[in-house]
Amino acid sequence: MLNYKFDWSIITSGQYFDWLLSGLFTTLKLSAVSIVFSFILGLLIAVMRMSHSKPVRWVALSYLEFFRNTPLLVQIFFWYFGSYKILPMFVNDWLNETGFEFAAATMALTIYTSAFIAEDIRSGILSIPKEQMEAARSAGFSYIRSMQYIILPQAVRITVPPLVNQFLNIAKNSSLAMTIGVMEMTYQARQVESYTFKGFEAFTAATVVYLVLSIVITLLVNTYNEKVLKVHKAS
Amino acid sequence: MIIFQGVHKWFKDLHVLNDINLHITSGEVLVVCGPSGSGKSTLIRTINELEPISDGKLIVDGMDLSDKSTDINKLRAEIGFVFQQFNLYPHLSVIRNITLAPTKIRKMSKKDAEDEAMLLLTRVGLADKRNAYPTQLSGGQQQRVAIARALAMKPRIMLFDEPTSALDPEMIGEVLEVMKDLARSGMTMVVVTHEMGFAREVAHRVAFMADGIILEKAAPEEFFLRPQHPRAQQFLRQLLTPMQAESNGSNFSHHHTKEDVK
Ligand SMILES: Nc1ncnc2c1ncn2[C@@H]1O[C@H](COP(=O)(O)OP(=O)(O)O)[C@@H](O)[C@H]1O
Ligand SMILES: [Mg+2]
Repeated sequence: MLNYKFDWSIITSGQYFDWLLSGLFTTLKLSAVSIVFSFILGLLIAVMRMSHSKPVRWVALSYLEFFRNTPLLVQIFFWYFGSYKILPMFVNDWLNETGFEFAAATMALTIYTSAFIAEDIRSGILSIPKEQMEAARSAGFSYIRSMQYIILPQAVRITVPPLVNQFLNIAKNSSLAMTIGVMEMTYQARQVESYTFKGFEAFTAATVVYLVLSIVITLLVNTYNEKVLKVHKAS
Repeated sequence: MIIFQGVHKWFKDLHVLNDINLHITSGEVLVVCGPSGSGKSTLIRTINELEPISDGKLIVDGMDLSDKSTDINKLRAEIGFVFQQFNLYPHLSVIRNITLAPTKIRKMSKKDAEDEAMLLLTRVGLADKRNAYPTQLSGGQQQRVAIARALAMKPRIMLFDEPTSALDPEMIGEVLEVMKDLARSGMTMVVVTHEMGFAREVAHRVAFMADGIILEKAAPEEFFLRPQHPRAQQFLRQLLTPMQAESNGSNFSHHHTKEDVK
């Protein structure tokens, strides 16, 4: 019945293994860079969203709605095909040298994910009992200092697990970057397939890598919840 | 030290403080009691402006709270506040809970602040807990740390809002001991509590509140032996027979009120 011959050896060693490995490396690099920038951007948007000024809140809210509700693939295409027309020449030159595909993918993933992270951080801040702010203000801390020393450190601790999940999402979403030629995991699996016609093995390997990544990270989050959050959570 | 002149406070239509006139002198220990919902928390929270007043005049440590130019953070640094639910910072160790404000606001060196904190921890009997985290402590221990944290700022006034109401009965004593020591050391204190034993032992005056009004102000012996107002008489009767007490019965532990009011 099955006349497909499995050959796992091609993906466990040699050139094709190297391709897959470099794909994994690119996926991890893309995800790591994007998560760092989207955390910073997300923190900013979260704080803007809770600002006392209505226009500032409105800007943050529009940002959130816009980027959460447009398909990621469209955003990737926008940065890849559209942005060079509006960017200054020297930025384009620099991007072309450093790898325009990678930069466009990072841009899209960062902005898209920052909208979700902003909401994670905001609910982290909201989950800190208001008595913590009262205790800090009573001691003589200003609003900003209370945020800095008492509220945000607790909120960020609570936000670590959803943040790690966002990292996983980026890792998975980054497979869309193959459409603009970023040589990440899925791109390389595709490449191996087209050279060897061993599509089953190549994509199984890619699947296993994403799965292992998920499991390892989930285990880390569980340990974190047990060891760190339990001790430092306000009752 | 603390002067209320015709102070009113509304939450929307709810008149929570009604024409409060009160003069608390330096070194005085004032106990505030009354049925739940009578405005005790609101009253004590106006003193460090956790609740701004709606009308009247309130002067604390020479600063006028109705004056917009008053630096509220500076005033709050001079006032210690102890909450019913302790409200320690859960992400910081005991010693960091105590040294945070002195180092960041008073700009004390870490070393000086820690030495100071250890003296305070010894005073409240918790020197061995310096590196513990709040969740690892019992309620009574957390509240003693909270008192040490407030004292670390060398406050001129200490405010307590039902500091023992959230505690198991067997832990109330240890917290009250710390507070009595503090009272005897001459600290100006305003204490919302139903611990009548504490009031009899160290309070200079007791204020009785109901429906946002201070119905009675008297020396403790006067208040307990000859309460003037019918509401006060009723309140004290209920303290003696906690069975019929208002639904908020957890405010006073059974065995304590009995033995204390004897
Ligand atoms: N932030 C608030 N907003 C609206 N109403 C409040 C608020 N805080 C307290 N109240 C109401 O004010 C009244 C007095 O409350 P409180 O000062 O806490 O009384 P007590 O401490 O004597 O139990 C209660 O009816 C309470 O429901
Ligand atoms: Mg109260």
